[in-house]
Amino acid sequence: MTENNFTLKDLLKSGLLAGLIALSLAVIGFLALLSERELIAGIISSGHVFLFAPTIAFSYLLAGRVPENNKLKVLGSGLLIGILAAIPLILLALLENLFDIRQYLVNVSPDLIELILFNQGIIAGSLILVLGMGLVGLLAAGLKTLPDKVRGPIISALGWTLLIGTFSEILSGRLRSFFGPQFVKIIFKSKALHPLVAGVLLLLFAGLEIFQRRRKERNDLKKPFENLNPRIKNGFWMVLLLFTPLILGTYLTEVVNNVGLYVLMGLGLTIVVGFAGLLDLGYVAFFAIGAYTMGILTTQGHLGFVAMSFWTALPIAVVASTFAGILLGIPVLRMRGDYLAIVTLGFGEIIRILALSDMLKSYIGGAQGILQIPKPSIAGFDLIKPEFLFYVILVGVIIALFVSWRLRDSRLGRQWMAMREDEDVAEAMGINLVSTKLLAFATGAAFSGLAGAIFASKLTSIFPHSFSLIVSINVLCLIIVGGIGSLPGVIVGAFILVGLPELLREFAEYRMLMYGALLIVMMLAIPEGFLPSAVIKREMHAHELQESNIPE
Amino acid sequence: MLVLSTKDVTKTFGGLIAVNKFDFDLPEGRIYSVIGPNGAGKTTFFNCITGFYDSFEGKIEFLGQILNGKSPDQITRMGISRTYQNIRLFSNMTAIENILVGHHPHFKTHWYEALFQTKRLLKEEAEALEEAVGLLNFVGLKGLGDQLATNLPYGAQRRLEIARALANRPKLLLLDEPTAGMNPNETVEMIEFIQSLRDELGITILLIEHDMKVVMSISENIGVMDFGTKIAEGTPKEIQRNPQVIEAYLGRGAVEG
Repeated sequence: MTENNFTLKDLLKSGLLAGLIALSLAVIGFLALLSERELIAGIISSGHVFLFAPTIAFSYLLAGRVPENNKLKVLGSGLLIGILAAIPLILLALLENLFDIRQYLVNVSPDLIELILFNQGIIAGSLILVLGMGLVGLLAAGLKTLPDKVRGPIISALGWTLLIGTFSEILSGRLRSFFGPQFVKIIFKSKALHPLVAGVLLLLFAGLEIFQRRRKERNDLKKPFENLNPRIKNGFWMVLLLFTPLILGTYLTEVVNNVGLYVLMGLGLTIVVGFAGLLDLGYVAFFAIGAYTMGILTTQGHLGFVAMSFWTALPIAVVASTFAGILLGIPVLRMRGDYLAIVTLGFGEIIRILALSDMLKSYIGGAQGILQIPKPSIAGFDLIKPEFLFYVILVGVIIALFVSWRLRDSRLGRQWMAMREDEDVAEAMGINLVSTKLLAFATGAAFSGLAGAIFASKLTSIFPHSFSLIVSINVLCLIIVGGIGSLPGVIVGAFILVGLPELLREFAEYRMLMYGALLIVMMLAIPEGFLPSAVIKREMHAHELQESNIPE
Repeated sequence: MLVLSTKDVTKTFGGLIAVNKFDFDLPEGRIYSVIGPNGAGKTTFFNCITGFYDSFEGKIEFLGQILNGKSPDQITRMGISRTYQNIRLFSNMTAIENILVGHHPHFKTHWYEALFQTKRLLKEEAEALEEAVGLLNFVGLKGLGDQLATNLPYGAQRRLEIARALANRPKLLLLDEPTAGMNPNETVEMIEFIQSLRDELGITILLIEHDMKVVMSISENIGVMDFGTKIAEGTPKEIQRNPQVIEAYLGRGAVEG
C-alpha cells in the first residue's frame, strides 16, 4: 500500500468500516438519544451528524491519499464509501422490519429506525439513506479536492454553525434573559436554530474566515487590539471574570463551578504526576479528606461538635489533607512507576472504605454521610447561590495556579523534573529525594483538599460514594487530555471532560465511552494533549528535531 | 593529604563477590585510573563510593570523613561528583537546566521563597545561571545552553555530563569511561580536557577507563582490578611491565609466550 494511493480493497474496507461504526453507534443507543437534540430545527439533529460522521471522516481521509489530478477517482470513491456505509444500517432496518430484534438489541427502537430511514418506509427510506450517504461521502471527498482557499471557509462555516446548533438550548436560555423572548424566537425554533438563521450563520462564518485569510495574505498579521495597553487588556479580562456569573446565569455558573473544582484537583495532580512523575491513582483520597474535614468541623447535624464557620474550617481541611499527603508519601518513597500506582490506588480505596465503614459511623456517618454542612457566609450573609461560590472557587484556582506556576519555574520545579527524568541521577546530583517527593505529594494533596472542602460546602452534604476511584481517573484523564504537565492544559482538559458532558446532558450515559474514544484518538493524533507544556512537547517531538540546526 | 581512602571494601550480590577487599589511597591533586577487564567490578566500586548501595563491607573515607551509610545526595553534598558509563543526562531538559540541577547543593534559599520571589532567591538564581553559563563555555559548549540534552551530539553530551558534575564544585570527580564510544580525535581532546580539570580547577580525579592509550597518557597512578580484587597498583610504566596485569588482559598464554 503506497502512501498516496489506495487499492479497491482499501476502499471497501473504509466504506464498511464507516458503516460498522455508524451501526455500532446506532445499536448502543447513541444515535437515537442524540436525535432528540435538534441542531437546525426540522432539518438536522445531532443524531444525523453522528450517523454521517464516519462516512465523512473516511471519505475525507481516503481522498487525501489520491493524487490531486484524479478528481473523478476521488469523487467516485467518496460516493462508493457512502453507499457501502449505508449497507449495515439498511440491514439493521430490514432485520428490524422482518423480525423483532429489539428483544436482543434493546436500543433498536422505533425512534432509531425513524432516524435511519428518515421517517419513510423501508424501501423509500433505504433509498434516501443510500443516496444521502453517497452524496455526503461524495461531498466530503470533493471538499478535499477543493483548493485550501475555498475549503477553509466551508469547514469553518459548517463547524461553527453546528457548534452553535449544539448549544442552542443553552444559548437561547441565556439570550432570553438578556434580550427577552421576542428576540430569541427569531433565532431559535423549539430549542434549535431557525433554518434561516442557520443559513445566515453559515454565510457569516464563511465570510469571517475569508476576511481572516485575506488579512493573512496581505501579511497583516497584527491581531486586533494588539496596540492596546496590556494593563487595559488584563483589566478587561479581570472585569470579565468578575462578571462571569452574571453573564452565564445560575445553571452555567454551577457547571463552571464544577469545572473549577476539577481544575483545582487537576492542578494538584499536575504537580504530582506532571512535574514530579509520580503516578498517583488514589488522588481522590485527599479530596475526600478535605471534604470530610470540612463536613465534620462545620456540620450543624447530629455529627457536629464544634460547628465552625466555613472560613475557619477551610485552612484546617487543607492542612489535614496536606498531612495525609505526607503520610501517604512516606511509605511509598521507595516505589516507582507501576508499583507506586497500585499502592496509591489502594490508599484511595482505603479512605473510601473507611468513610463507608461501620467502625467510624458514629464519627463520620458511614453510608449516610454527613448532612447539614453550611454554605460559606460573609458578615452573616450566606453565600447560597452558585454565583457566590464561583468567586470562592475562582480565588482558590487563582491561588493554586500561582503556586504551581511559581514552583514549576523555581529550583524545586527543576528538582521535580530531574526526578521525573532519572531518579537515581537526581539523587546523585545532591537532590534529597525524600523531601522532594514529599513536597510534591503535599502540594498536590493541599490543592485537592481545598477542592474537597469547597465541594462539601457546595453540596451541603457528602456521602462516601462521591469519592470513588472514578474521580481519580477523571482527574488523571483531564490532565492527559489538556497536556500532561501543562497548567493552561488543566483548565482546557477540565472544560472538555467535565464541562462538556454537563452541557450535553444526553451524553452523560456515554461519558465513559466518550472518555475512552477521546483518549484513544488523542493518543494517536496528539499524544501531547491539547495545550502541551513545553517540556512534553519537545519530548514527544524530540526525534523530529534531532540533529537539525545543531552546530557541531 | 588523602582525598579518598578505602579499606577492605567488599560488595557481594548474593554469592557473587563483585568487589573483594579493595584498598587504595588517593592523594589530593592526582589522576588515578582503575582499569580491568569487563565485569571486574570497577563500576560497582564507584557505586560504593557514591552511596548507591545501601550497604557494603569495609570502610571508605573522604577527606577524613567516613562515607559508609551516607545517602548519594549527602555524599554529593560533601564534594564528590560523578559521570556515568552510559551517559545519563536529564535528556528532556536543556543543557543549562542540566547544569543548574548539578548546582543544586549550593542553593541556600528555601523552596517556599520561590512563591514570593524574594530578592535573595532572585540573586541566587541569577548567580547560579551565570555560573552555569560559565561552565558551559568552559566545557566548550558555548551557545548550546537552550538545546535539549538529548539533541546534542555524543561528544557534547559527554562534556555536558562533566559540566553538570562540575556544577557541584567537587573536590573529587569520578569519571566512568569518559572516552567510551569516541573517535581518536575526540579522545585526544577529552584527555586534554580532563588534564585541564586537574590543572586549572585543582580537582582530584578518579577514572575508570578501557582505552589503554588514554590510561597510560593521563594517569599518575593506576590500579588494576580483576574479579573484584586489586591485582596490581603503580605508575603506568610499572603496570605495563606487570606480568599479572598482562595475564589478566591477554590470558595466560601471552605471558608464557
